[in-house]
Amino acid sequence: MFKHVASRPVQRRTVLKAGLALGAMQVASPFVVKALADEPVKIGLNDPLTGTYAQLGKNEQIGCQLAVDEINKKGGILGRKVELISEDSTSSDTGVAVQKGHKLIDRDKVNFLLGNVNSAMAVALGDLASQAGVLHIVTGGHTDAVTGTDCHWNVFRVCNTTRMETEAVGKTLIDKYGKKWYFITPDYAFGHTLQQGFEATLKKYSGTEVGASLTPLGATDYSSYLIKAQAANPNVIIFLTAGQDAVNSLKQAVQFGLNKKYHIAGAQQELEVLEGLPPSARIGTWVFEWYWKQPNVPHIKEFVADIRKRNGGKVPTARHWFGYVSVWTCAHAAAGTKSLDGHKMAKFLQNWKLPPEIALMPNEPFYRKGDNQLMPTLYVGHAQEHGKDDPEDLFVVDQEVKGVDAALPVAETGCKMKWPA
Amino acid sequence: MKDGPQDYPKYVGAAVIWLALLSMPFWINRVGGYTQLGTEVLVMALAATALNFLLGFTGVLSFGHAAYFGLGVYGAGLTIKYLLPSTLAGMAVGVLTAVVAAAIIGLLIVHLRGIYFAMVTIAFGQVFYFIAFRWNNVTGGDDGLSNWSRQPIDFGFARLDILHSPVTFYYFVLFFFAVAVAIMAALLRSPFGRTLLAIRENERRTRFLGVPVDRHIWLSWLISCTFVGLAGTLYALLNNFADPHTLYWEQSGVFVIMAVLGGMRSFWGPLIGAAIYVVLQDYVSTMTQNWMSFIGLFFVLVVLFFPRGVLGIIRRKVVP
Amino acid sequence: MTQLILYNVFNGLIVGAFYALMALGLSLILNLSGVINFAHGGFLAVGAYLAFALIPYLGFWGALVISPLLTALFGLVIERLLIRRLYGRDPLYSLLLTFGLAFMLEDGTRFIWGPQTLPFSIPDSLSSPLSSSFFFLTGYRLFMVLLVTAAVIALFLILSYTRLGVRIRAGTLDLETVSVLGVNVRILRSLNFGLGIYLAGLAGVLAAGMLGLQPTIGSDLIMPSFVAIIIGGLGSLPGTLVGGLLIGVASGVVTVWFPSASEAMIYVMMGLVLLVRPRGLFGEEGRF
Repeated sequence: MFKHVASRPVQRRTVLKAGLALGAMQVASPFVVKALADEPVKIGLNDPLTGTYAQLGKNEQIGCQLAVDEINKKGGILGRKVELISEDSTSSDTGVAVQKGHKLIDRDKVNFLLGNVNSAMAVALGDLASQAGVLHIVTGGHTDAVTGTDCHWNVFRVCNTTRMETEAVGKTLIDKYGKKWYFITPDYAFGHTLQQGFEATLKKYSGTEVGASLTPLGATDYSSYLIKAQAANPNVIIFLTAGQDAVNSLKQAVQFGLNKKYHIAGAQQELEVLEGLPPSARIGTWVFEWYWKQPNVPHIKEFVADIRKRNGGKVPTARHWFGYVSVWTCAHAAAGTKSLDGHKMAKFLQNWKLPPEIALMPNEPFYRKGDNQLMPTLYVGHAQEHGKDDPEDLFVVDQEVKGVDAALPVAETGCKMKWPA
Repeated sequence: MKDGPQDYPKYVGAAVIWLALLSMPFWINRVGGYTQLGTEVLVMALAATALNFLLGFTGVLSFGHAAYFGLGVYGAGLTIKYLLPSTLAGMAVGVLTAVVAAAIIGLLIVHLRGIYFAMVTIAFGQVFYFIAFRWNNVTGGDDGLSNWSRQPIDFGFARLDILHSPVTFYYFVLFFFAVAVAIMAALLRSPFGRTLLAIRENERRTRFLGVPVDRHIWLSWLISCTFVGLAGTLYALLNNFADPHTLYWEQSGVFVIMAVLGGMRSFWGPLIGAAIYVVLQDYVSTMTQNWMSFIGLFFVLVVLFFPRGVLGIIRRKVVP
Repeated sequence: MTQLILYNVFNGLIVGAFYALMALGLSLILNLSGVINFAHGGFLAVGAYLAFALIPYLGFWGALVISPLLTALFGLVIERLLIRRLYGRDPLYSLLLTFGLAFMLEDGTRFIWGPQTLPFSIPDSLSSPLSSSFFFLTGYRLFMVLLVTAAVIALFLILSYTRLGVRIRAGTLDLETVSVLGVNVRILRSLNFGLGIYLAGLAGVLAAGMLGLQPTIGSDLIMPSFVAIIIGGLGSLPGTLVGGLLIGVASGVVTVWFPSASEAMIYVMMGLVLLVRPRGLFGEEGRF
């Protein structure tokens, strides 16, 4: 499909324009010798490659690189080769992430900025990109603010908001497991907004919050929080921890046998976490943002096979998909507008639907007009030790929820989009 | 201590350094850098020079200076975000916060020496880290403090737009760097500075001469922390962000390696060290994901082979 | 409420035992050689990953025995190549070198085993809780406390009754005299370093059973160990032990009322100790 768009005759005009621009530049500055058409289109990825989130960032990078290679095989963006420039933002030092953002925008002059796994970094980079007018796609930072109170016209997001995740799973938990919940919440924006989302669910169905523990990012010992949870005697213990924190907290909860007394559940869960848990701790009700085993979805087999080749033989996770979708979105935005102008491309992406070979999920996901948030399908289900005939199958999808049904209406997200004149 | 011909290389060196710093925005892009990188070098150089006031010229090792750096960061950020959208007010509050904290903690620890002093400074620094990290409502916790930015400065007759022009901001930072460095240099040339050197060389003998050693160390600690706090405020303005990581003990280690790398017995050593470290890290972390190994190896090599630092080696060659 | 506090005191002792294991290794090296080993957390990670690699061949119990020994061996090599050059120099250099070493160890484990969290299983016999009301007292944690107790007793027996131990203690007090008396100080320091790293490796295997196995597994555990040493007093191993247990209990109890202060609490405690008794609870007068 992309190929089709790129090879339309209108492209000649772009080439002509580029030629004109080049001519003008050469008059203005004798130092520019390189033809613009030889200059690659640059996509900058600012993601953690070291520290706690190293694996998530690495997987997004693999997904991005796959998309870049595919695009180059099909003739690049606007006839120009595409280059992915990755910078390690570290997992926790936002100063470094901002510095690397400056580097990508000011020095490398990237045409697109992607990232970040860390929500705080995603927000900071969004501010930076909007000052520079560069199209920015947030790959995997979930806090609501990115497409809510801190939204920008040029900042799009592929992964879900935390609110969408809690909405998707909330009712199931109430109906199936009970109305008394205890929260284990990591003490940063991601955790806070998840808990607020679930509290809204509780209010709606008149459930009760019997308690909550705020745990620091990177906590190693969860015993004292779990003691408190046990004392509160809930129906469900909600684990909102992510990444390494999720591994530590779930591992300890299972060692303490809490899963035998209470239901264990949460919102976002990732394949990376389940893979890192000992089999006995792969339990609970969760939301997946993408899953590799969807027998009826077209193109997914090829994607799984391609990622396996780059991922040490392992199946893709939602993170690979985030990276893949982000880069392809850039390519389509450029092809659809025949330009690399951030403003035009952002306009183009309003309500733009992902074509099936990228979407790799049912229900035609699209970037919602008004808050630039992708409306994908969410997968509610439960973790399992391993599949009956497939040791890599760690999650069972019980229900698919449409993104638009899970997301707050644009008016309630807090996003007041200001477009430049 | 009259200046003589033996001091000429020193003047030439200083002239070269100032010339390079003043002209940096004009050449840094040509050599593959970018203005923000130059500004970061300046900020880190100020922090490392301030640390070295204590380490190199008083002989006291602090491994907890990130705390006062971070207090500067948060002081500036919180002020601009919540109290008063003024860059200079933010800086003033940031520096003041660092000074007050340093004065109090200094009193508690100033009688400790050597490795014990280093450990205690680390541990006290961690208190501030955890306050910033866990006091979510005020500091933003792990998410940091965002949604604020440095403000253009209005002098009435002229307006300095440090927000939108990175080059203007670079010179803004350079101005504070120059003032701070000048004050530290003047202090080191004063009798007070000479006493500090005496403490470094032989504390016991200095004490027998009737010098109140603890009070001198306390003052040196306070001066050092003040300028580290100033560097912190500038760092906050550079990123328009406050981040608990700036208070973490690893950041203290980075300041120390900068000082050692450049040469902690030389006044300009920390500047050279900061420049090498910042540029190297920026470069290596783009080249490879395993940059931590390279930086770690670099630390090891510096300790094993260049304990006197770059300037230490040069000086030995120039002035045998 | 009283029950909740009691639980947390008890739980704090378990957590504290783990800190103590790590801190004792640090303390041994610091006392004899004056080296603060920032890379201790890195060695802990090495021990954990080695155990992970050995389990398929030796099982958990085999790995528990062999992995710390291999870690200690690795520590001896590092000591011979790098740490030895630091003895007698300004503590500044040992801080920086081990700091760099910590970076390299973290990145090295990431390079070899990848950034992903690895599933580390413990034997079923250890993983279940012993009683339903004291649910936090699992077989594994009880085992951990027993092992720490055994390790501590063994350590103190070694230090009190073997020649090596007596020399280490003597060296801690006055290295020069020990050297004059004909003891090979180099070998003494090497063995002492190896012993400290052995404890780090042991702590690593135990940690991998509780926590997710990731390259950063050791980096957050080093600071509480520091505090344990300072509270207990430099130069005193029993002090380190008590310091570890104290901070475990303190942070556990604070969690009941004021969870977000539980980490800062241990540093506040350290500040108080320094104010009232600058040499630490069991530290010797005038040593530092």
